[in-house]
Amino acid sequence: MYATLIIFLLMVPGFVVVGVYLERKISAFIQDRMGPMEVGKWGLLQLIADLLKLLQKEDIVPKAADKWLFLGAPFVIFAAVFAAYAVLPLAPGLSGSGAAVGVFYLLTIVSVDVIGILMAGWGSNNKYALFGAMRSGAQIISYEIPLGLSILCVVMLNQTLDLQAISFQQGIYSPEPVYLFGLKDLGVDVTQMGGFLSWNIVRNPFLFLAYIVFFIASLAECNRAPFDLPEGESELVGGFHTEYSGMRYALLMLSEYGMMLLVSLLGAILFLGSWNTPLPNIGPLRLADWTSGEPGTWLGYLTGAFWLLTKALLAVLVQMWVRWTLPRLRVDQLMFLGWKVLTPVGLVLFFVSGVWRLLGV
Amino acid sequence: MSNTQQYDYQPGHLTASEPNKYGPGTLKKEEMVLNMGPQHPSTHGVLRLEIVTDGEVVVDVVPHLGYLHRCFEKHAESLPFNQIIPYVDRMDYLAAMNSEHAYVMGVERMLGIENDIPKRVEYIRVLVAELNRLASHFIAIGTYAMDIGAYTPFLWLVRDREHILGMLEWTCGSRMLYNYIWIGGLFYDLPVGFEERCAEFVRYLKPKLVELHQLVVENKIFIQRTAHVGVLPMATAINYGCAGPVLRGSGLRYDLRRVDAYSVYPELDFDIPVGKGEAGTRGDCWDRNWVRVAECWESVKIIEQCLKQLNGKYVRTRDFDPQAMVPKKIRPKAMDFYARAESAKGELGFFFRTDGRSDVPVRCKARACSFHNLSVIAELSRGGLLADLVAVIGSLDLVMGEVDR
Repeated sequence: MYATLIIFLLMVPGFVVVGVYLERKISAFIQDRMGPMEVGKWGLLQLIADLLKLLQKEDIVPKAADKWLFLGAPFVIFAAVFAAYAVLPLAPGLSGSGAAVGVFYLLTIVSVDVIGILMAGWGSNNKYALFGAMRSGAQIISYEIPLGLSILCVVMLNQTLDLQAISFQQGIYSPEPVYLFGLKDLGVDVTQMGGFLSWNIVRNPFLFLAYIVFFIASLAECNRAPFDLPEGESELVGGFHTEYSGMRYALLMLSEYGMMLLVSLLGAILFLGSWNTPLPNIGPLRLADWTSGEPGTWLGYLTGAFWLLTKALLAVLVQMWVRWTLPRLRVDQLMFLGWKVLTPVGLVLFFVSGVWRLLGV
Repeated sequence: MSNTQQYDYQPGHLTASEPNKYGPGTLKKEEMVLNMGPQHPSTHGVLRLEIVTDGEVVVDVVPHLGYLHRCFEKHAESLPFNQIIPYVDRMDYLAAMNSEHAYVMGVERMLGIENDIPKRVEYIRVLVAELNRLASHFIAIGTYAMDIGAYTPFLWLVRDREHILGMLEWTCGSRMLYNYIWIGGLFYDLPVGFEERCAEFVRYLKPKLVELHQLVVENKIFIQRTAHVGVLPMATAINYGCAGPVLRGSGLRYDLRRVDAYSVYPELDFDIPVGKGEAGTRGDCWDRNWVRVAECWESVKIIEQCLKQLNGKYVRTRDFDPQAMVPKKIRPKAMDFYARAESAKGELGFFFRTDGRSDVPVRCKARACSFHNLSVIAELSRGGLLADLVAVIGSLDLVMGEVDR
C-alpha cells in the first residue's frame, strides 16, 4: 500500500526527531541535568538546530579512503533498515507489503546492515573504523542466532511467517479461537475477551523469557549500550563512523534510531500483542471493544497505530534507560553472553515452546 | 671537550611527533600499530600511546609524552619561591590545593618556620586539601566509569564536585587553580560561614557516596570489566615507584599522611584503605578504583574532624591574621632539600637546590606521581584486550599536566 510507504517514510525521520529529543531529555533526567533548554521552549527546536548544523557541514571524504565504498555505505545501512519497515503492520489492514514470509524477510534484510557497516569500516581506511566494523560484524552475526531462535518460538506458536497474520491472532479479531495460556484443555476461550490475555507472551508464558532474549539480542543488533562496542567511544573514538561528517553522519544516526524503532516495533508485534489493545473485555465492561476499532475503518487504523506505537515507544524508553545506566561489555564478554548464555537459553525455549504448542493443540 | 653540547636542531621539530618505536621492520606480520591519542577521548588529556595490536589483543604499549610540557622546572629557576606556587597549581590541575600544600611545606621546612605556623592555618590547609582530594577522586572515578562505558556516574560526580569547587572558589576566588596556600600562611582566612556550608555539604555528600557505590562499584558489568584486569603485583608497583591509590590498590599500606605524619594529620583519625582483591585479584583495576572510593569516605572523615577543630579549639577570632607568619624575604640557606606529601594521585615531591644568596631556587625538580604511575602502563596492558587497555589507563588516574609538567 502506498499509504503505508508514505506513513513510514514520514514516521521514521519523525521518530528520529522525537527519539533524539527524548534520549537527550531522558539522559538529562537520569544524570540530574536539564538537557537542551536554549533552542525553543524546553529546547524543543534543538534537533532542528542540530540538523541545520549537520546539513551545513562539509562532507569530508578522507584522501586515503576507498571513495565509493565510503560514500555508499551510509545508504546501504539506511536502505537495509528502512526496507525492513515494508512488512511491518501498523494497524489492521495497514501494512506495506502483506508478504507471507514477513519474518523471514525482516531477519534477512536487517543482516544487510552488516555489509554497510563493513563497507564503512573498510572504506574509511582508518584503523579505528576497521576495528569497529569487525566488532560490529562479529556482534551482529552472533546475536542474530538468539534473536532468530526467540522469533522462531513465536512463529511456532502462530504457525505463520506473516506479521499481519501474527497480529490478528493476538486479539479480539483473531480468525481462530484463542485459549487461555494457549491450552485447549483448560477450556477457557478468551477470543471474545481479547486484551493482554490473547497476547503471545500470555498464550505461551515461556515467550516472556523469549522476549527478554529477544530484547537483549535486539540491543546488540542495533549497537545500543551496553553492546555499543562497534562505536565504543572510549576505545574506538567513533567506531565505524569515525570518519563520517555532515549529512552522511546524520544518515547513520537516522539509521541507528530507525533500527531502534524497528526492533521495538518487531518486539511489540511478535510478543506484546501487536496493534491489539491491552485492555480485555470483562463481562459487560467491553474495554477491548471500546479501545479498538473495526479492521479497515479509520478508527481501526488509529487505535491500532496508537497501541502499537505506544508499546514500541515503551520498549525504546527501556532501551534508553539501559543505555544511561549500564557500562559497556568487553568483546569477549559480549561473545560469551551471545554464544554461551543466550543461544542455549534460546534453544531450550525453542524446545519448550514446541512442547507447549503440542500441549495446546 | 666542552661541557656544553649543541642541541641537534631538526627543521621539523616543532610540528613532528616523536617517532614510533615500532615500524615495518620490527612488527610481525599479523601485528598493527594503532596510534591512540594525543586526541582521544580516553587518554585523559594529551597522552599518545603507540599500541601494537594483534587483532584485539594488545602486544605492546609505548607511551609518548610531552604534549603538555610547559617547562615548570625551568620557569621555577627564574622565579622567587612564592611566585612558583601558581605554577605548582597548574601541574596537577585537578588537585591544586594538594600540590600547593606539598610545595609550601617544603619551602617552610627549608626556612625552618614549619613549627611557627598557627594551628588554625594548618587545619584550614588540611581541610581545603582534603576537599580538593575529594574533587580529584570524583573526576578519577567518574571518568573511569565513563571509560568503562557508563556516562551517568561521571555527571553525578561532576555535580557533586561542583559544590566543592564552589566552596573553594569562595575561599580564594578561583575554581581550580587557587594560589591559596602561601608560604607561611594563607591568602585569606576562610570566609565567614564556610564551616557551616562545608558541614552541610558533607551531610549532602554521604548518601551520594552510597549511591555511587551502588551504581558503579557493585555493578556487575563494571566488576566484569575491571576485576582481574591489569593486575599490578605489589613488587612491580614498588619497583616502578608507583604511589597513591595505585600502590595502595596493590595492597601496600603506604600513605605519606601517616608515614611522614606531616601537618596536623597525626592529630586526625582516618584509615588507609588498601586493595584486598575483593572482586578479583589483588591489585587489579577494580581494587585501584575501590581504594579511591574508600578514600573519599576517609576524606569526609578528615573534613568533619577539621571542621570540628575549626569550630572549637581553633575558632576564628577577630585579630587572626593568616598572613602573620608569611616571611618578608624567602631566602633559604644553601642546601639540597627534598620535601614530599601525599597528593590525590600519590607521592608528590619537590627537590630544591638553593644557593643561600637569592630567593630564587637554583633548581626545582618535581617528582610527579602521575608520571611514575604512567610508567607501569605497558606492564599492565600487555596481553590484554584493547578494551582492557582503556580500563587500565583510567584506573591509573593520569593527569597529563602533572606527567609533562
